[in-house]
Amino acid sequence: MNTLKKYSGIVWIVMGIAVGYFNIIIMGIPKFQTGKQDDLVFGIVNMFVLTPIVVGGLLIFGYYALKGEYADEKV
Amino acid sequence: MKSTNSIRSIIIASSLGTLIEWYDFFIFGSLAVVISTKFFPQGNQTVAFLSTLATFAAGFVVRPFGALFFGRLGDLIGRKYTFMVTLLLMGGSTFLIGCVPNYATIGYWAPLLVLILRLLQGLALGGEYGGAATYVAEYSPSSERGFWTSWIQITGAAGLFISLIVILITRNILGTTSFEDWGWRIPFWISIIMVIISFFIRRNMEESPVYSKIKAEGKVSKNPLKESFGNRYNFKFVLVALFGVTMGQGVVCYTGQFYALSFIGKVCGVVNQQTDSIMAIALLATTPFYIVFGGLSDKIGRKQIMMFGILLAIIAYRPIYSEIFSNTECSKKIEITEKRKTKITSFPIEGSASRLIQTTVTTSFYTDGTTMELIKKDTLLSNGIVKENKEIKKSITLNNTSYWTIVLLVFIQLLFVTMVYGPIAVFLVELFPAKIRYTSMSLPYHIGNGVFGGLLPTVATYLVTTAKSENNPEWYLNGLWYPIIIGAVCFVIGMIFLNKTNNKTED
Repeated sequence: MNTLKKYSGIVWIVMGIAVGYFNIIIMGIPKFQTGKQDDLVFGIVNMFVLTPIVVGGLLIFGYYALKGEYADEKV
Repeated sequence: MKSTNSIRSIIIASSLGTLIEWYDFFIFGSLAVVISTKFFPQGNQTVAFLSTLATFAAGFVVRPFGALFFGRLGDLIGRKYTFMVTLLLMGGSTFLIGCVPNYATIGYWAPLLVLILRLLQGLALGGEYGGAATYVAEYSPSSERGFWTSWIQITGAAGLFISLIVILITRNILGTTSFEDWGWRIPFWISIIMVIISFFIRRNMEESPVYSKIKAEGKVSKNPLKESFGNRYNFKFVLVALFGVTMGQGVVCYTGQFYALSFIGKVCGVVNQQTDSIMAIALLATTPFYIVFGGLSDKIGRKQIMMFGILLAIIAYRPIYSEIFSNTECSKKIEITEKRKTKITSFPIEGSASRLIQTTVTTSFYTDGTTMELIKKDTLLSNGIVKENKEIKKSITLNNTSYWTIVLLVFIQLLFVTMVYGPIAVFLVELFPAKIRYTSMSLPYHIGNGVFGGLLPTVATYLVTTAKSENNPEWYLNGLWYPIIIGAVCFVIGMIFLNKTNNKTED
């Protein structure tokens, strides 16, 4: 289980980067350019609330996992 | 250790205050559709509705900040005094929301004031829940901690249930027109009475024994924020609590309680009274299961129950919501065409005597007892030309069979909520040491619930609206991708990273 926890860290880091790309490049910036108010509301919520928490959190979580911080003897 | 009787009185006193705070918080969500027409510019219903949901979500988004602010206070000066302050802050804000004049009277001040009060509500709730859960857990014997803290967990569903009942009663007494005109303010005003009662009950409570002990021993944290989040050992548990449990719990809870309400009312077009009563019955029927699963977690562990609840939810959401939609879909029903009625009325637009609003109400009756009203509002110009409005409001009154089928379906998905939510307070309390418990447990809980869960109605409504405009054949199910994806990620992380026993309680 310790090995799985450790190497799954790579998955969480990649997921953090992928979510960041998707939320900013595909679902974020284009929504500010449509001129529609509902797109704007969604864009703001997505870019400034969800993305920082998910991306930042997953990157740190993945880093800790990869460093073996969640190994059984350390928790 | 306290006797069962004194634990009961502690549970009643602390749960009552938490219940009122949830009531205050949910009353806004339950009235989102009415509020959207009062405080925001009219013309585009979707924008008004989304703006309201955003305001609603703003209340959730600030919850983590409330968790930090009041959590720190709770670890520095004690649990009791902190949740007295949050109670008064919540009650005052709720009462004042009921006093804000409409957009038509004070313009943009209306949405601004509502937004500020909503933010205060969010801050208060951010501080309340962690305090109440910690307080009860620190009074309970360790072998029954899941059972006793699950009473605090009931307060969320009970607060929503009471908010729906108060709305139903007020709407029935005043009638729909008066209710939508001014009567929606009453549920906000009622809150102040409940808060005053709860304040006097809480005032006589004693400080938690665990906190009193660490205070007497001089072990109170000097800087709870730094010790919680600046310390890598503790922070890694905050992250695992967020991504491995509370994120999934947040989306499961808000799909079950809020998205279901919005889906049945807005997406399916079921009339308000039936939508509210469906939710109220299902919420009431599932309430005992919070205790069942909380108690069961004392016997078989917290992780298994919570993870199983998340797994069931992500598997079952699409079939359940598809079935709810098909029960309300009139295109598959047989209409009794000879009974169809059409009523056309027109009245002048304010400030323009030459232009009229023409309202066409078509009522269709179906062989299975379902009734559907289609309301279309067009503008009639002075030269006789009709400027058609593409938005048609659908209003369906379900027959008995469809009504009870939907109650059952909502009940099933609320059972998943009880599995995930029942044991979560005790799980979080046990994950962190007493001196920084209030701060450490509050943040992941309120990010999971407030951010991931609280944003669910906004994101899901957006996904549904977009899919519909793109003519996606399953547009009505698109909103579910948000809880399904987040729930699935949370399930995987939880299964790998959560330990069956990770108890840091010192008592």
